[in-house]
Amino acid sequence: MSLSPEEVAKIAHLARLAVTDDDKVALGRDLSNILDLVAQMDAVDTAGVAPMAHPLEMAQRLRDDRVTEGDRRDRYQAHSPAVERGLFLVPKVIE
Amino acid sequence: MHDKTIAELSTALHAREVSSAELTRLMLQRIKTLDPALNSFVTLTEDQAIAQATAADARIAAGDAGPLTGVPIAHKDIFCTRDVRTSCGSRMLENFIAPYDATVVGRLEQAGAVMLGKTNMDEFAMGSSNETSYYGPVRNPWDTATVPGGSSGGSAAAVAARLCAAATGTDTGGSIRQPAALTGITGLKPTYGRCSRWGMIAFASSLDQAGPMTRSAEDAAIMLTAMAGFDERDSTCAQRPVDDYVGALRASIRGLRIGIVREFMGDGLDAGVAAAIEQALNEYKALGAELVEISLPNAGLSVPAYYVVAPAECSSNLARFDGVRYGHRCDDPKDLEDLYKRSRSEGFGAEVKRRIMIGTYALSAGYYDAYYLKAQKVRQLIADDFRRAFDQCDVIAGPTAPGTAFRIGDKADDPVSMYLQDIYTIAVNLAGLPGMSIPAPHSGGMPVGLQLIGNYFDEARLLNVAHQLQLATDWHQQVPAEFA
Repeated sequence: MSLSPEEVAKIAHLARLAVTDDDKVALGRDLSNILDLVAQMDAVDTAGVAPMAHPLEMAQRLRDDRVTEGDRRDRYQAHSPAVERGLFLVPKVIE
Repeated sequence: MHDKTIAELSTALHAREVSSAELTRLMLQRIKTLDPALNSFVTLTEDQAIAQATAADARIAAGDAGPLTGVPIAHKDIFCTRDVRTSCGSRMLENFIAPYDATVVGRLEQAGAVMLGKTNMDEFAMGSSNETSYYGPVRNPWDTATVPGGSSGGSAAAVAARLCAAATGTDTGGSIRQPAALTGITGLKPTYGRCSRWGMIAFASSLDQAGPMTRSAEDAAIMLTAMAGFDERDSTCAQRPVDDYVGALRASIRGLRIGIVREFMGDGLDAGVAAAIEQALNEYKALGAELVEISLPNAGLSVPAYYVVAPAECSSNLARFDGVRYGHRCDDPKDLEDLYKRSRSEGFGAEVKRRIMIGTYALSAGYYDAYYLKAQKVRQLIADDFRRAFDQCDVIAGPTAPGTAFRIGDKADDPVSMYLQDIYTIAVNLAGLPGMSIPAPHSGGMPVGLQLIGNYFDEARLLNVAHQLQLATDWHQQVPAEFA
């Protein structure tokens, strides 16, 4: 397995990460090494094995549909990079 | 006084030989004097600690105290602590002041424990050496040129150096057990779902579990008693009663069947570590336990499966760090995409980015079946191996890590060799089982960890088995000379 700089750039975009051209080469090497490690799984036959998504066989609990948490917007927004009147500010999205 | 265990401190506090305020000041002073050589703490919460200690002294005076009341501990900086910075070892959260306490933190506070501060860790708990922290590497108190292991490396170093009586840690692939092994302390990763994950910053949600890091199995039992239990705020928290961990410690282990994993004792294990593990197992035989050889044929695939499952879950969990709601935001973003990309690239370190990208790739269109689905099937095979093994034995024992602590920088440029540090611990997380690391005899002057693996929710037995060895040996009482 060897990821090209173009493939690295595509993965970085999907992950919303900015990578420089130098990064692409080093990341391509590191990610390819990790995928080679992962490829060891191909040695085992898993036909008919049920995938295990979670360690415990548990059903999701249901609860009554009622409000349990108070309004903490101001407290939570106290650490936001940019807010105004309770709204998160981002660069202009619509022209 | 700093060398006493929780159990001993509790006796001293209740006998009024020392007050919690005195003890807390002593430990804070030790941290200030000794921690510059280790970098195990990222934040000291001095004022809060004194206030909590004063309150604990009042509880003790009023006769309303438990075994943790007034005992100074530390929290891994992955646990949210109200009004205290919670950085998760990352630049991303350098200025994040948590608005609430994690459930585990709240429970320990209710039990009367005093929080001295927050401990250093690998960034977002991704690492096995504590070198990926944005706040610098932690050093091993046994040899400051070596790593303490990770990701709970700060908690491990602080407990080993007697800077706090105990600390919390988290374990996704070995992050409590491996640093416990490398620093010569006792660390317990409970069954998945035994402790609430609420307020614990998520890395891989189907694997993450909180647990205690202590100097003895008895202390781990005391800590786990306070930490464990159902929490309606965590939808994956187990709804079952907490066992009497302290009460279970005393039981005899005569007739106990200990499974020795054939695959864990062969190639790749350091000879000195193997000899130390043999010595510990012989001690168990002397205590009346029976050793039975078992096989986990698919355990060798646990690292490959983990490096799909954990990165996949991490890429999804860490998508929340977008520079908009909280955490690091880049300067002068030119548009929203630039804001996302630069905030994340500046906020995350190299290892976190690698794992996000592996996970993104494994989950991307066209690759899902080959990677994620395949890994989930291998995970099932690994869990089935353990199920069969526990028909033949009561607990499983073997090495925690393939070697002793390695030198800082030795593996930093080779992610795959770092990942193989967790070759004996990762299968336990994939299956969701409880696992412990307790000190075995040293090898070459450095600590070695004996790993004990139990069946689901069998923490009481694990603690019992660990405690019985600690009653018969002094391996867990060794102190690094400069921190004695």
